[in-house]
Amino acid sequence: MNRALLLPLLIAAAMLLFASTYTVPETEQVIITQFGQQIGAPVTKAGLHWQIPFIQKVNRIEKRILEWDGPAAEMSTEDKLFIDVDAFARWRITNAKLYFVRLTDLRSAKDRITNTLNGETRNAVARHQLVEIIRTQRDRQPVVDASLDASVNKTLPEIRFGRAAIEAEILKAAQPALAEYGIELLDVRFKRINYNAGVAAKIYARMTSERQQIAARFRSEGEGEAAEILGKRERDMAQIESEAYRKVQEVQGKADAEATAIYAAAYGQTPEAREFYSFTRTLETYRTVFARETTLVLTTDSALLRLFKSGPAAAPK
Amino acid sequence: MKNVTPPQYQIPANLGSLAVPAVVVALALWFALTCFTSVPTDSNGVLTRFGKFVEIVKPGLRFKLPLGIDNIDLVPVERQLTLDFGFTTPSATNQNQAPDDPEAERNIVTGDLNMALVEWIVQYRIEDPKQFKFHVFEPEGTLRDASEAVMREVVGDRTIDEVLTVGRAEIETETLTRLQALVLRYGLGLTVMQVQLQKVHPPKGVQASFGEVNQAQQEKQQAIFLANGEYNKVVPRAKGEALRKVSAAEGYAAKRVNEAQGDAGRFNATLTEYLKSPEVTRQRLYLETMQEVLPQLSRKIVLDDKAGQIFPLLQLDQKTK
Repeated sequence: MNRALLLPLLIAAAMLLFASTYTVPETEQVIITQFGQQIGAPVTKAGLHWQIPFIQKVNRIEKRILEWDGPAAEMSTEDKLFIDVDAFARWRITNAKLYFVRLTDLRSAKDRITNTLNGETRNAVARHQLVEIIRTQRDRQPVVDASLDASVNKTLPEIRFGRAAIEAEILKAAQPALAEYGIELLDVRFKRINYNAGVAAKIYARMTSERQQIAARFRSEGEGEAAEILGKRERDMAQIESEAYRKVQEVQGKADAEATAIYAAAYGQTPEAREFYSFTRTLETYRTVFARETTLVLTTDSALLRLFKSGPAAAPK
Repeated sequence: MKNVTPPQYQIPANLGSLAVPAVVVALALWFALTCFTSVPTDSNGVLTRFGKFVEIVKPGLRFKLPLGIDNIDLVPVERQLTLDFGFTTPSATNQNQAPDDPEAERNIVTGDLNMALVEWIVQYRIEDPKQFKFHVFEPEGTLRDASEAVMREVVGDRTIDEVLTVGRAEIETETLTRLQALVLRYGLGLTVMQVQLQKVHPPKGVQASFGEVNQAQQEKQQAIFLANGEYNKVVPRAKGEALRKVSAAEGYAAKRVNEAQGDAGRFNATLTEYLKSPEVTRQRLYLETMQEVLPQLSRKIVLDDKAGQIFPLLQLDQKTK
């Protein structure tokens, strides 16, 4: 064989080999088409595969679980509250043949899911009250902030279904519609649920008034407790002062009684003592009764002046 | 300009014989470069051949087939990765770390239909490189969405006060448990290690009223302190005053009794002496008293009992001296 021909031949053989093989990565599945016609079952096994060169075409389709994260949409709940709902879903292509025929690429698939899920989410949200979409656990008892102890926030509103049930509802409703495109919807979850601007203002107003109520309660509690303490002050003062008065009177009265008894015992022990007491006490009274400005008129008959008048001759009786 | 003839390079005559070794050397070099991959210590490599998974390769210099037959994808399994929710860390290195819309992300409706601004982080690691690479499209993006959904689910079952104060730790553990379960179910190949709440606030429009509650709490305490102050200002003093009065009364009582006893003693003593000679003593006492009393008086008029008629002339109110 001619040495010069060897190289081109080798290159041609390599190219042919290259054209008749294709690889399938772990993340993809492949549909082989021949002049636009699907040939055989989708190839899901990863690795190196053969194909008829130049005639067959490899169409790669995602095998992994995919995510749909649709745009947030404004919806109305059953209790007429407008909320922005942002959900996400997980899906995968289970029927690649159907998918390939009806959708061809990921973008059109996502558009299809957006249409289906937006509609079903809107329906589900409209069937339920807001609290059903927010809450999940039906019987949860909230922990109470002991420092607040205001009765305002002690309970959570009751629910009948809950978020998980509504998510399941949406999933169940959307699955058949998407199965027609070879898509299996694995789950749907609410990612964000926010009040729209108009509702938020009302919520803020309610939260504000709720807090003001708590604040007012604290203030009046403070005033009440202060009044109670001041009342206690008045009570204690009156009690202390009156008790002191009572004790003083008791002690003094007892002493007075004792003194009286002592005097009575001394002065009244015999008739002579009684007489002597009255005599000395009368004399003592004179000392205090007669002051400087007093004019005293004495007659010579008086005991003091008897001698004065009669002279020394008459002996005093 | 001088006309300089460009230097003439001579093509060596033995080029043909040199070309083969040159090509061989170049091939060897290229082979060496494409046949080895260095797997860093914090990573594992996922080795695929023709797209098919072969094995997980450990850190070190690893051989692989060239020409795109073998491929090693590096997965940082040892690195602790973080996702921020509701806020952004300027120094973030993880491309999924920062949120697209922090404002919308931190607004969460609570179980009592109030609103709270919640910021949190999720820390995770890639645990299963094979699953991480092949099972789910963009696992870290899915983790972001799952984290948000779970956090909202948990906050959605709590009151605003639990979210802001008492329930923080519980929210973290509850979110972590549920998120771990969900990540396992989704087969993301990740393991969530921690959920940590960062700043949690009431919404901007109501922050003032939450501040007012704090202020009212302070005011309540202050009112009580003030009242206690008023109480303590007077009551202890009144107690002391009461004790003083009682003591004074006891003093009075002692004095009173002692004086009575003294008086009685004195009286008894004089009485004893008096009884020995009552007439003389009476006389003496009377006269002594008169002696003391009379000199103090300013006017003394002595009348004979026969001269009673001078009375009308006496000017009793007239001052003497």
